[in-house]
Amino acid sequence: MRRATCARWGGCAVVVALVATACGGGAGASRSGVVSSSWGDPQNPLEPANTNEVQGGKVLEMLFRGLKRYNPKTGAAENVIADRIETKDSRNFTVTLKKGWTFSNGEKVTARSFVDAWNYGALLSNKQKNAAFFSYIDGFAQVHPDSGRPRARTLSGLVVKGDHTFTVKLNQKFSSWPDTLGYAAFMPLPQAFFRHHDAWLGNPVGNGPYLVDSYDKGSVLRMRKWQKYPGDDPARNGGIDLRVYTDNNTAYTDLQAGNIDLVDDVPAAQLTHVKADLGGRYLNQPAGIIQTLTFPMYDKRWNHPGAEKLRRGLSMAIDRDQITREIFHRTRTPATDWTSPVLGAHGGYKAGLCGDACVFNPVRAKQLIKEGGGIPGGSMTLTYNADTGSHKDWVDALCNSVNKSLEDDNACVGNPVGTFADFRNKITARRMTGPFRAGWQMDYPLIQNFLQPLYYTDASSNDGKFSNRAFDKLVNEANAATDTRRAVATFQDSEKILAQQMPAIPLWYQNGSAGYSDRISNVSLNPFSVPVYNEIKVN
Amino acid sequence: MGRYVIRRLLQMIPVFIGSTFLIFFMVYALGDPVAAMFGDRAPDPATAAQIRRDLFLDEPLWKQYLHYMGQIFQGNFGTAFNGQSVTELMASSFPVTLRLTVIAIVIEMVVGIVLGVFSGLRRGRDVDTTVLVLTLVVVSIPTFVSGYLLQFLFGVQWGWAAPSVAPEAPLNELLLPGLVLALVSLAYVTRLTRTSIAENARADYVRTALAKGLPRRRVITRHLLRNSLIPVVTFIGTDIGALMGGAIVTERIFNIHGVGFQLYQGVLRQNSPTVVGFVTILVLVFLLANLLVDLLYAVLDPRIRYA
Repeated sequence: MRRATCARWGGCAVVVALVATACGGGAGASRSGVVSSSWGDPQNPLEPANTNEVQGGKVLEMLFRGLKRYNPKTGAAENVIADRIETKDSRNFTVTLKKGWTFSNGEKVTARSFVDAWNYGALLSNKQKNAAFFSYIDGFAQVHPDSGRPRARTLSGLVVKGDHTFTVKLNQKFSSWPDTLGYAAFMPLPQAFFRHHDAWLGNPVGNGPYLVDSYDKGSVLRMRKWQKYPGDDPARNGGIDLRVYTDNNTAYTDLQAGNIDLVDDVPAAQLTHVKADLGGRYLNQPAGIIQTLTFPMYDKRWNHPGAEKLRRGLSMAIDRDQITREIFHRTRTPATDWTSPVLGAHGGYKAGLCGDACVFNPVRAKQLIKEGGGIPGGSMTLTYNADTGSHKDWVDALCNSVNKSLEDDNACVGNPVGTFADFRNKITARRMTGPFRAGWQMDYPLIQNFLQPLYYTDASSNDGKFSNRAFDKLVNEANAATDTRRAVATFQDSEKILAQQMPAIPLWYQNGSAGYSDRISNVSLNPFSVPVYNEIKVN
Repeated sequence: MGRYVIRRLLQMIPVFIGSTFLIFFMVYALGDPVAAMFGDRAPDPATAAQIRRDLFLDEPLWKQYLHYMGQIFQGNFGTAFNGQSVTELMASSFPVTLRLTVIAIVIEMVVGIVLGVFSGLRRGRDVDTTVLVLTLVVVSIPTFVSGYLLQFLFGVQWGWAAPSVAPEAPLNELLLPGLVLALVSLAYVTRLTRTSIAENARADYVRTALAKGLPRRRVITRHLLRNSLIPVVTFIGTDIGALMGGAIVTERIFNIHGVGFQLYQGVLRQNSPTVVGFVTILVLVFLLANLLVDLLYAVLDPRIRYA
């Protein structure tokens, strides 16, 4: 008798556990016309001025349209909501909006939608991670002081002139400033965002071709076509389901099994057979991403008179061609300047600008490094974060290449750091003793974005603390130039200083890669290596 | 028995405090997570300082710990960087992992014990040898290998199961990952049962039962198996905790958004409230499972008494 009770209890416990945990089922949402795509969990809440990585950025691109948008093919900044942006002095701008735009909740898109959103993004107490993007606007120092409380709540440089007009005053000349306005941080926001902030974050309302159907944080974001979208680039599919994957290998397996339609990051391990698996449904095209090795210019051992020979020599010791072929299966291209091919020749990309310093030449490398005083201490470490991006493979290959060129097995060793957070901490605390890995994904397709944030004195991403007066002067000149062609030429002149000084060794341009199922067609990647979702057709 | 349970529950309090203390210090020793929130861009100092103040990171470590414990006793485990509260993350991920663990435990109990009994009763014969070799193979294959292999075979080649689990994690989709998760423990359960059965098969009480003329079936299930299960139950009990925590690999392979996913994400982003909160709960699960095992001994062997 006692035995029977036990068995029943045990059985009950299992049943209860299964029933109790089985809630939340019922997936049966219709998939017809809807594209399912892989996604990485965005790091921050989905607000325009708080999203600084690709995963959150691609959602904002679907939910929002701003003053400008980067053409998915050419990368050129084109007016969307802006009717015109006029200036006489490259410093005072008048923005006029097109009429007839609304948010998907019916609210009109007006000058206030922009001005309020920008003021929100810039205000220190809102802790927006993209606040620095508003730093060119007059009054930024008041709303976002380096220390202490904000002294003003709104940017003095922004003035609403009418329902569809506002003016912007910058604190310096910046002729290509309008071209930066396609970036996510500059998107307009409806009043609902300010009134019910938490509710808005759970179900973001924008003015783009899609609206949010449901958002299950950390696992799936379902977006559907907004039928009344007023723009001329409406969705050509019924909607997009973004599913969070922790491992892109699983996403790829799901694609093979027909469980998902689009994978926008083909894992390195699959590159050898991706063509056989997918045939023509595999994309591999240039993106606005460059990888470099940055030197700690705050360290005397790397930045003494004559050390530029050492740095240039190291650059020559790297066999970029072999590494991009063997390790990356040609999904990266050896770099010969500090920008990216997606800019195009008119946008400032210039193949070979780096000169012979970016050409593999072990003999000359050995000679130059010797002239530059040799590698400090005879051996250098190359620091990278080991948690993401399989950096170990190429770092080991790169060190191998340097060691072979110098005929010294200890010249270069990889130095893995456990997490990205720790890696970034060491960089910001200036604790690097040798070159370290750096990657730059452009915010907007301008040559300025590849140079100023990275190499201008004390700029936001100048991790090596490079500082050169001639370089700064040329950048300022280029920014002030009203003629685009002259601006680009001046930026390229400043790049020639980088080629001389080599504060960072350009390694390779990264391609975007994607694979898709035969259920969908018309898939392409934009210059940011993000799929152009609204153009995808369901067969 | 009641007093024993209460005493065991009270003993959990210092273990709970001690473990949170250790985890807290280990996680925070990793350093400042704020720099990584800004990606490849250097954080602008004013915003970073504001975030640090909000997360209590600008205080000395002991103050942070006291603040954290104070919050925990109010049922607040803090907030993850994406704006979700950690309790919300727990509510969405623990049921998923619990379901996965229950499936794994059921598989490992049923298959493991049955195989163990069969090979234990036929010690030294072909069946026994085959099972021993098979378990050896299973133990020597790492979970990520068996996981990717089974996923590819069942999911892509034969199309019998979805290679990844939907966000809702329905039971039928969890069978394959449950099997992968159970595999290694299954081998251990088989071997433990086999040894235990083989040993007890010659015991006096088995001989007596057979001499009484009891049917063989009854002798095995009632007398032999029940007495042989104590080491197996001990193993399965400790395994519950291990499976829940160790699901990181399996959950990653099958894209299950459970505890392992949250922990992995938390460690990767140095999201201390997530890591400390989840590990604390896992410690409690472990302790409770052990208590349950100790209580089960008395059920299996009535000679065992608690005071």
